Amino acid sequence: METGTSRVKRGMAEMQKGGVIMDVMNAEQAKIAEAAGATAVMALERVPSDIRAAGGVARMADPTIVEEVMKVVSIPVMAKARIGHITEARVLESMGVDYIDESEVLTPADEVFHISKNEFTVPFVCGAKDLGEALRRIQEGAAMLRTKGEPGTGNIVEAVRHLRLINGQIRKVQNLSKDELYHEAKVLGVPYDLLLQVSESGKLPVVNFAAGGVATPSDAALMMELGADGVFVGSGIFKSDSPEKFARAIVEATTHFRDYKLIAEVSKNLGTPMKGIEISKLNAAERMQDRGL
Amino acid sequence: MKIGVLALQGAVAEHIRSLEAAGAEAVAVKRMEELAELDGIVIPGGESTTIGKLIRKYGFLEALQDFSKQGKPLFGTCAGLIILADKIDGQDDAHLKLMDMVVARNAFGRQRESFETDLPIKGINEPIRAVFIRAPLIKEVGSSVDVLSVYNDEIVAARQGHLLACSFHPELTDDFRLHAYFVDMVKEATKTTTK
Repeated sequence: METGTSRVKRGMAEMQKGGVIMDVMNAEQAKIAEAAGATAVMALERVPSDIRAAGGVARMADPTIVEEVMKVVSIPVMAKARIGHITEARVLESMGVDYIDESEVLTPADEVFHISKNEFTVPFVCGAKDLGEALRRIQEGAAMLRTKGEPGTGNIVEAVRHLRLINGQIRKVQNLSKDELYHEAKVLGVPYDLLLQVSESGKLPVVNFAAGGVATPSDAALMMELGADGVFVGSGIFKSDSPEKFARAIVEATTHFRDYKLIAEVSKNLGTPMKGIEISKLNAAERMQDRGL
Repeated sequence: MKIGVLALQGAVAEHIRSLEAAGAEAVAVKRMEELAELDGIVIPGGESTTIGKLIRKYGFLEALQDFSKQGKPLFGTCAGLIILADKIDGQDDAHLKLMDMVVARNAFGRQRESFETDLPIKGINEPIRAVFIRAPLIKEVGSSVDVLSVYNDEIVAARQGHLLACSFHPELTDDFRLHAYFVDMVKEATKTTTK
């Protein structure tokens, strides 16, 4: 009997496919998310848009919030640790959190090194905006990926950019010869073996979800159309006028992402979605996606 | 012979790959109208609360019960096993209520307790590599249910006539023998059911 194997960690993410993982800040929101059909919840102290507004240093959530969420739902509970913050991750693991997001949404604890995730029993998800980042995170032990997008903006453009880029890069490496692959591994800054695996299989070895800027059911469906395995929704749900209805609508649009009549139906009268931020209005320090490369 | 994989949420592509490797034609199923052309169906692993809600939302509850009444085989893995069960431990209601068994969700604990192991299964020669992920267990079975596998004194695979269920994920390995077992069940059933 073996726990924490790569198959067990990656398999857990496979079971989330086609699903929606929702950010929640307390037990009540967690129950709403579960009732709406979320496949998992991400327990947080503040959603990304609030982190953006508050400024300062964003850290792992108060364990009380995580514990309270774990108590009230039967679906998996995820939580965020700062990039490179080994101790926050170990603390979350000790509490029995089901998945850790080593996340650029929080202020990085280490500007050079990510956590060596292979050494943990609990699986990790990490953000990536290109194939280089994706394969570096997998090499470190990430069992699931997500686009970085630009969290807390309610603007889908960056998540689209990242997913399109990664998928385009995969198609490109599929057509490279062995000698070209050696060079490409050097250019991308990734291990050759992992790149060869992608070149041969035509896909990433782990699940890749969309995240960072999903604000409407159509946004979620668009990301599925572009090849995402599922969707993380952060600020969108509990910053909207009617979270319950909004959460159900996102779940349905993700399942039936090509059923446009259904998406039209579930999109009706959802109230005002979060206001959103035009990406060019962010200064360099406000761009979360540039953290942890 | 065509086998569907219920594609509302969960590990659909892996089951399709495994069924094809076991010699069947396999398709993803998102609408209940698509059930008519199938000879058998797999309810995959995923989150049972999510799949259960979507099954009701899109009319699959009665449609799948009717599918079963026609004698067409159903195979539930992990969340799929929960969907098939008559009773869910600690809950007032269950989903399809097809298999005479009581199941417990997340019976091994949280994700850190998830594991893989070699598991002997009745009707399959050598043990298979079984991957358990936040897996459920079968706590009780009725007299018409045949127990196929036991792990630490708990039931992890069972068959009741044309219904097959397991706690683990045969679709996550390259061993296709349990899928082949189900494909044989479907073949057998097509001889007796009329389309």
